[in-house]
Amino acid sequence: MNGYRHIGKDFVPPDIVGKVTGKARYAEDFRTDGMVFARLYTSPMAHGRVVSIDTSAVNEMDGIVGILTADDLPPVEAPNAPILTNTPVYVGEPILAVAAIDEKIAEDAISRIRVHIEPLPFTVDPLDSLVEGGPDAREEGNVYVRSREGSGFRTVKWTQEQVDEFRAGKEPTGEAANEWSFGDLEKGFADAKVIVEEPFVTTGYAHMSMEPRTAMAYWQNGTCYVYGSAQSQSFIIPGLASLLEIDQKDVVLISEHTGGGFGSKIGAYPMMALPAWFSKKINRPVQLRITREQEYYVGSARVGFQGWIKVGFAANGRVTAVDMFIVEDLGPNATGGDGSSAGGAVSIVYDPESMRYRGVPVLTNTTPRGAQRGPGQNQIAAIMPGIMDKAARQLNLDRLQIRLVNAAHSGTFLDEEDAPVTSAYMKEALEMGAEMFGWERKRDQPRRKGNKVIGVGIGQGYHSAGADGYDGLVRITPDGQIHLHSGVGNLGTYSYASTTRSAAEVLKCDWNNCVIHHGNTEANLPWSSYQAGSNTTFTHSRANYVAAMDAINKLKEIAAATLGGAAADYDVADERVFRVDNPSRSMTYAAAAQRAVELGGAYSGETYPEDIHPITQRAVQAIAGTGLIGVAKDTLPQNGVVPGLAVAFAEIELDLETGKYEILDYVGIAECGTVVHPQGLAAQMKGGAVWGMGMARLERHVYDPQNGLPAHVGYNQCGIPSYLDTPSVVRTAAVNLPDPQSPFGARGIGEPAMGCSVAALTAAISDALDGHIFNRTPISIDMILNHVNGRPQSFKPLQTNNF
Amino acid sequence: MEKAPGLNNNTCTTAGFQKFTYQSKAGNTAVNPRLSRRRFLKTVIASSVAATTTSGLQWARADDRARGAVERLISLNINGRPRRVDVLPQETLAYTLRYKLGLTGTKIGCNRGECGACTVLIDDVTHYSCSTLTHSVRSSQVLTVEGLQGPDGQLHPVQQAFIDELAPQCGFCTPGQVMAAVGLLKANPRPSREEARHAMSGNLCRCGAYDHYLNGVMRAAGTGTRS
Repeated sequence: MNGYRHIGKDFVPPDIVGKVTGKARYAEDFRTDGMVFARLYTSPMAHGRVVSIDTSAVNEMDGIVGILTADDLPPVEAPNAPILTNTPVYVGEPILAVAAIDEKIAEDAISRIRVHIEPLPFTVDPLDSLVEGGPDAREEGNVYVRSREGSGFRTVKWTQEQVDEFRAGKEPTGEAANEWSFGDLEKGFADAKVIVEEPFVTTGYAHMSMEPRTAMAYWQNGTCYVYGSAQSQSFIIPGLASLLEIDQKDVVLISEHTGGGFGSKIGAYPMMALPAWFSKKINRPVQLRITREQEYYVGSARVGFQGWIKVGFAANGRVTAVDMFIVEDLGPNATGGDGSSAGGAVSIVYDPESMRYRGVPVLTNTTPRGAQRGPGQNQIAAIMPGIMDKAARQLNLDRLQIRLVNAAHSGTFLDEEDAPVTSAYMKEALEMGAEMFGWERKRDQPRRKGNKVIGVGIGQGYHSAGADGYDGLVRITPDGQIHLHSGVGNLGTYSYASTTRSAAEVLKCDWNNCVIHHGNTEANLPWSSYQAGSNTTFTHSRANYVAAMDAINKLKEIAAATLGGAAADYDVADERVFRVDNPSRSMTYAAAAQRAVELGGAYSGETYPEDIHPITQRAVQAIAGTGLIGVAKDTLPQNGVVPGLAVAFAEIELDLETGKYEILDYVGIAECGTVVHPQGLAAQMKGGAVWGMGMARLERHVYDPQNGLPAHVGYNQCGIPSYLDTPSVVRTAAVNLPDPQSPFGARGIGEPAMGCSVAALTAAISDALDGHIFNRTPISIDMILNHVNGRPQSFKPLQTNNF
Repeated sequence: MEKAPGLNNNTCTTAGFQKFTYQSKAGNTAVNPRLSRRRFLKTVIASSVAATTTSGLQWARADDRARGAVERLISLNINGRPRRVDVLPQETLAYTLRYKLGLTGTKIGCNRGECGACTVLIDDVTHYSCSTLTHSVRSSQVLTVEGLQGPDGQLHPVQQAFIDELAPQCGFCTPGQVMAAVGLLKANPRPSREEARHAMSGNLCRCGAYDHYLNGVMRAAGTGTRS
């Protein structure tokens, strides 16, 4: 189709055999001589101050190797998460750790340690803290603002009347902590024929990676070896070194496989560093196995929203103005910036003529938050369909039409940054999806069958999907093998491998002659981006491309020096470099690699470009002299925001007697530039669809407001979707139009794949209920039944983290 | 704990459950007569062991241990080989496999019978090994993911099909999905896609790769992916 040899073709990722045979090793599968096991004592209180720790009952126990407390560790400035703490700010925050020769002894010891904690005020609902006289989640304040002008704690309080009005669905008049806008908002609303104004809630919930964040560490000759569970690989090193207070060159991360991350393992995190500190103290290798319950405490969660939005529409459905206000549930450590990202997503997906975003990031004594698959973009994706479809009804427009009128295109800008997009084809995605789904036929079908009613909905998702400035590294050895060094993490998307195929494409080589090096710092990996934010495909297609281009240039120079002529006289094919005007004058890659070793200098990595990252420099130093080295920093032109876009169409059958619904059909369309790895793209689109289905009806935090205790510390309590919550077949396709700023035209997709799903589902539920919008996720069965039977809901307006 | 297909999910209807219950050798029942959930619980209670759902540990505190009655050095049949192993009275099979026998292909995702990452076959029937006492399988044949490959290293058809369909994403649930699929195909070599969906429903996948896993099951069954 596209004439490429590798791009757009399926392949067998080298790590997949280990996954189906059980040979793939995750952090918890590693053992080493003398290793001991650590267990945690975690806070039973939502907020408190440790007054005393009595370990006397443990000191004489057989098998105990050591105890680690916050006093053994460097202090951490709030709101950053400490490794261990004496001022816990959520239930489950680690206070101390015990190491023993086996887990049972360590756990027995934990149960005998007496910790006296003085309770402090706490809150599990941002509005309870925002109201005057309400409790603050931290002694430093109840709001933490991150901005370019400066970050810090603040105390923001609204009057009871202001909170009551917000709960009643009126425009918030309380103080905002951050704000941006573009265009003429007043004029936008004045020009509008229809204005829709709604309050909304999206409840936070845990990431729930299947692999809890276990880590094992030991020290050897001043180097710290950490076997961790990480989304990223090279990108982890600076943060991990910082947590351990050592040089980057002195830390080795082994993370061959990671059992899911979804944003919760992007960078180094405290529990990854704990075994290393413990090992340093007791001089033994230490493994800390995190249990499922503990993963709900320390494993991160999505930021919750309590918001208000007002959108103006012209008669043709064009969005003239958006005014939105979001109270963010930021957890105790002020992590996440989802509110503003939600605003950015609206500015891209609906391309409004004017817009204002205001927000207050409020701290709560709930599990710490972090980026979760489409952080901000996917919460607002769940809410926007209700607004769009309500306007479409009032304007008598088709729900597809109102989306086409506002569809993101290559001239769309992301605001507030006023940045153009590299390319965007939302209209083409919508049209492709409508055709594949049969939109008009399904929209117009008979709706009611006894107690069951059909609903159809359209969803749209967006996340930025690419970055630049990272390094690529390839190597051809004299045996003719092509080594592709990937510093990208391996969390299950296979992009650690699929992005190296850009290098193979440039080198025009046989994939069977390629070896991918990844998963271990000592495998000589280049500096690579965070494996998150849907960005790897774009970013590392480019990095691999520039490294391979460097190798091509060196191949040609070596051929010219060996066979005569100038480098420009040569080209490559079939792993040979040959003279274009006389193809018989050629040399193999293997022979050129041997010549590179003899020539030295840049050819074999003895020297390297000055602009590559120190991590890449060390990798090149380690492999210098072993072959022909291609290494470069990605300095290709890049202007604007790289968008990942997706649309979905869903058809459900809702049972009005039980409140349950079956998803009869689901079509997801990816708009992510050129398709690099068709099976991998389908897997992301389908996995994202499942995530959206979980967010739409199941997943949530539930806290006891009286004691701050979480009631969602197991899969079935939090509501992870199973085979039976999702359709047996999920249909997907891709627009497959190349992005001009990517060498092979590819952008990322992981996060929009979910946003479009939750949006299509909330829209379909609304459609089945004659346009009623809940403005809330998850939409639980009892909410549907309460609505159908005319009963009030069990929660007060805008209440979150509870029923 | 016997995995009753679909039982742990609230969208499964009674009719659906009956329909998709697959045959075990003991007859048309979802419950393994050799180890029902009730029997598992009785065994645990007999050992004075509290269910260890909160600590996440594979055993109860040493103080609570039943004393004297249980032989510790036992012989297990794992993947067709006898293995001698020192087992505590209240030790779970998942723990024995991973920590005593080095068979780390079996994963512990939740340790409380919710996710299925620890699924193994006991006498050809799928079980959550995190919720099975090792002592209860002394006279049984235990099959783990490590025991599927042929002597020449040839992959089991389910393993090959999962590769062909790019079924695993992060791969942490994959050994459990593989074993659930192998157990299904032993009981029902030609399942419909809907039967497979119900039979696999005791195995969670956070990556949401259900569609690709079902494609893999149907490919391994030789019935195409859609039927």
